[in-house]
Amino acid sequence: MGLTSASSGQTAGSGLAPPSVLVSIIGVMVSLTLTFIGLTAITFVISRVMPVDPVLAIVGDRASDEVYQQVYLQLGLDKPIYIQYLRYLGQLAEGDLGTSIMTAQPVIDDILRFFPATLELATVATLLGIFVGVPAGVFAAVHQGRWPDHIVRVVALLGYSAPIFWLGLVALLIFYANLGWVAGPGRLDVFYDGIVEPKSGILLLDAALADEWDIFHNALSHLILPASILGTFALAYIARMTRSFMLDQLSQEYILTARVKGIPERQVIWRHAFRNVLVQLITIIGLTYASLLEGSVLTETVFSWPGIGQYITHSLFNNDMNAVLGGTIVVGVCFVGINMLSDLLYRLVDPRVR
Amino acid sequence: MSGLGNIRGWLLAEVPKSKWQARGQRFYIGWLAFRANPVAMAGLIIVAGLVLVALLAPWITASDGLEPDLPNRLQPPSAEHWFGTDQLGRDIYDRIIWGSRITLYIVGLVAIIVVPIGLVIGTIAGYVGGLVDSVLMRLTDIFLAFPRLILAMAFVAVLGPGLENAVLAIALTTWSPFARIARAEALTIRNSEFILAAQVQGVSTVGILTRHVTPLCLSSVIVRLTLDMAGIILTAAGLGFLGLGAQPPTPEWGAMISLGRQYLIDQWWVPTVPGIAILVVSLGFNLLGDGLRDVFDPKSGA
Amino acid sequence: MTDAPLLKVEDLHVSYNTPTGVVEAVRGVSFELGREKLGIVGESGSGKSQTGRAILGLVAPGGQRRARRLEFDGTDLLSADERTMRRIRGDCISMIMQDPKYSLNPVMSIGAQIEEAFLVHRETIRQEARERTLEMLRAVKIREAERVYKAYPHEVSGGMGQRIMIAMMMIPEPDIIIADEPTSALDVTVQLQVLAVLDDMISERGMGLIFISHDLNLVASFCDRILVMYGGQVVEQCLAAELDQARHPYTRGLLNCLPSLDHGQDELPVLKRDPAWLSAVKVSS
Repeated sequence: MGLTSASSGQTAGSGLAPPSVLVSIIGVMVSLTLTFIGLTAITFVISRVMPVDPVLAIVGDRASDEVYQQVYLQLGLDKPIYIQYLRYLGQLAEGDLGTSIMTAQPVIDDILRFFPATLELATVATLLGIFVGVPAGVFAAVHQGRWPDHIVRVVALLGYSAPIFWLGLVALLIFYANLGWVAGPGRLDVFYDGIVEPKSGILLLDAALADEWDIFHNALSHLILPASILGTFALAYIARMTRSFMLDQLSQEYILTARVKGIPERQVIWRHAFRNVLVQLITIIGLTYASLLEGSVLTETVFSWPGIGQYITHSLFNNDMNAVLGGTIVVGVCFVGINMLSDLLYRLVDPRVR
Repeated sequence: MSGLGNIRGWLLAEVPKSKWQARGQRFYIGWLAFRANPVAMAGLIIVAGLVLVALLAPWITASDGLEPDLPNRLQPPSAEHWFGTDQLGRDIYDRIIWGSRITLYIVGLVAIIVVPIGLVIGTIAGYVGGLVDSVLMRLTDIFLAFPRLILAMAFVAVLGPGLENAVLAIALTTWSPFARIARAEALTIRNSEFILAAQVQGVSTVGILTRHVTPLCLSSVIVRLTLDMAGIILTAAGLGFLGLGAQPPTPEWGAMISLGRQYLIDQWWVPTVPGIAILVVSLGFNLLGDGLRDVFDPKSGA
Repeated sequence: MTDAPLLKVEDLHVSYNTPTGVVEAVRGVSFELGREKLGIVGESGSGKSQTGRAILGLVAPGGQRRARRLEFDGTDLLSADERTMRRIRGDCISMIMQDPKYSLNPVMSIGAQIEEAFLVHRETIRQEARERTLEMLRAVKIREAERVYKAYPHEVSGGMGQRIMIAMMMIPEPDIIIADEPTSALDVTVQLQVLAVLDDMISERGMGLIFISHDLNLVASFCDRILVMYGGQVVEQCLAAELDQARHPYTRGLLNCLPSLDHGQDELPVLKRDPAWLSAVKVSS
């Protein structure tokens, strides 16, 4: 009898976080750290087995043996491999990702310059996916087996199966070349370039802050097509999962309870079923956002979008390994970080795991 | 007729008389459920069509799709060239047909690498449990948490561009979900009575893993594999599109889109046709996977 | 049974279309209910739960309901639109489900769920709803009402969950409560407490109760009148006190299967079924 786990019920109101939340935060931190170590270990190994001599890359072909030897020792290449790895971690901790051969600048500076463009693209795409995908999924589930359901399922499946880079090309052909509804590749028209001071690096935000609404519109016109293309995948995935979760919840007994109480169907769907779906959707949305950050590589290539994906691809073709690995680490950390964050959020929102 | 009727009767007999009959029956009943699902059948037809086209490639094409024919470059679709010709005058239809072999090669090779790794790691982790489980699953989680395309790109950067290296890179980033699934299955199987019976009879751990646990994990692994096929095809095409996968003149569909990109506005068919090919095949695997899941695991819904 | 019956059910049918054909879950059930305790007994699949759901118009998807007459207090439930049905559900007829583990919404606080049942039928302010909710929680013998109000379903035990369910279904003060196996998922010791709470609330408020159960003894001791269902039909209808005079072979069979302390038996007889029971629709009343 009585409350089986009274402690969580009582402490929820007080100022201190309940111990179970603390435990789960620690758990998330530990697994974040482990994953980070794994990620860096892999990039480290890659940088060591790479068929490029890191010393030669710095000193050049014509350096004397002494200079070569000096740099060799400087880089710590004579030390055991685990010392080298620790050194590598130390450098990473300081934000030192090495120098890019292509731009002759620290990789971290390059990334900070390119990353906001990717962030802007992926964020808008995810938002599109959420605001279209979630209602579509709910709609399909409520009309299970009838034509709205079939339409949503077919569209989702197509969005899921289409190669995103090809979809981008076709969209460019139709909406830019033929219809002229949107602006073409790139983030801005050339004559708008460099007017707004890049405070956040997110053009829409910078333009709005600077009160430059022409630029805002131009940036939006450039953004809408790549974001929609990238968002197609998010939409398909989110709609599919929402539908599946929703069907599952609608068959639960508590839905019958709500109907017995005489609650209008709309509220049964949104207040009862959807609230349960929302808890599950947090993880899905986190996963989508993270995968869009990396999936933007292809979209950026198609739309000449100056983001991190394009930076990595260009570096790859110029054998600029520092840049490639730096980019990989940054994207990997974001990827892992977002997944962990959504996991944490899930634990905070769902009363059962709190 | 009566022969067929006999087979049907044998397959639907209430009490199977042999191991083979029991297996045949399970397969047949699954097939009946599968056949009643039009979506799944559409998927099966597409995938079977892909295999058929790849097998018959030498007989249904006029050229090997590799030799340039510059006078005939960028011809629009016609009776002679169904899908037109590309920038080097090669017949796009022929290249698509030959490209189906490359697509099958990629998914086949990835499956051959990924499934055994996943099964071994997953079943050992699930069956043995304890510290082994923790270590193996942590490793799996690390790979699961990685951004797939970016990591594949980093691998290709080291190994050098090429079809085999792209396959290897994809395999390295694809095996982890299979280990998870195999582990989950092994965990539920581990405590069942027949495993206990096998242990009492003195069957070794390896024997139990290979003869009892692994076969039972297979069905969910196969469902997941089919669903993952589309993702594998898209990743491979993406690498090809970036120039990191199959190299010219190989008729890989992603690379074909990449090379046809610049002709998009005036000769739209050059990059469009290979894109449709990728879409159809990946759709086929998705449909098939959905159908298989409904048959093997009706509870997971959707 | 002092006044006119609240609920009239005549020739109720519920059928489901399945891939293998039409399944008749309920086949011509008729009864009347006043402000009394009516027990419906039957084994699983006998159609007793389907009868309860059909009255509320909540047949599961793919199911169809037909009847010659289905009336609540002068309102025809057969022709009632969804809006009228919503008004009747909860406010006039309510239902207590089997297992609070599944029948309470896991992500809504208990207070919010009970309050909602009240607010949906009454034009009132939140504060009053809250007070009524706490009052109801105390009425079902929950001591720390304030704490339970804020708690979530997974934080309470099964017995308390079922009392919360009773509070939730009673708060709009319906005229009829359908209790569908309300104690089957609970421990035996807790069952009696929950039944006592239910009994108190029913008699205090003078409601009609349809008590659905597979437990013949329980129903006989708790209810005034008993319907025995088999294969979707009512095969026996009698007063609880006169159960030992039941005539239908199925009911007799059930009674004989119960072990008794008074008359020692070497071996309990096993119920023998007669296919003819499924076709004979002659109800002795």
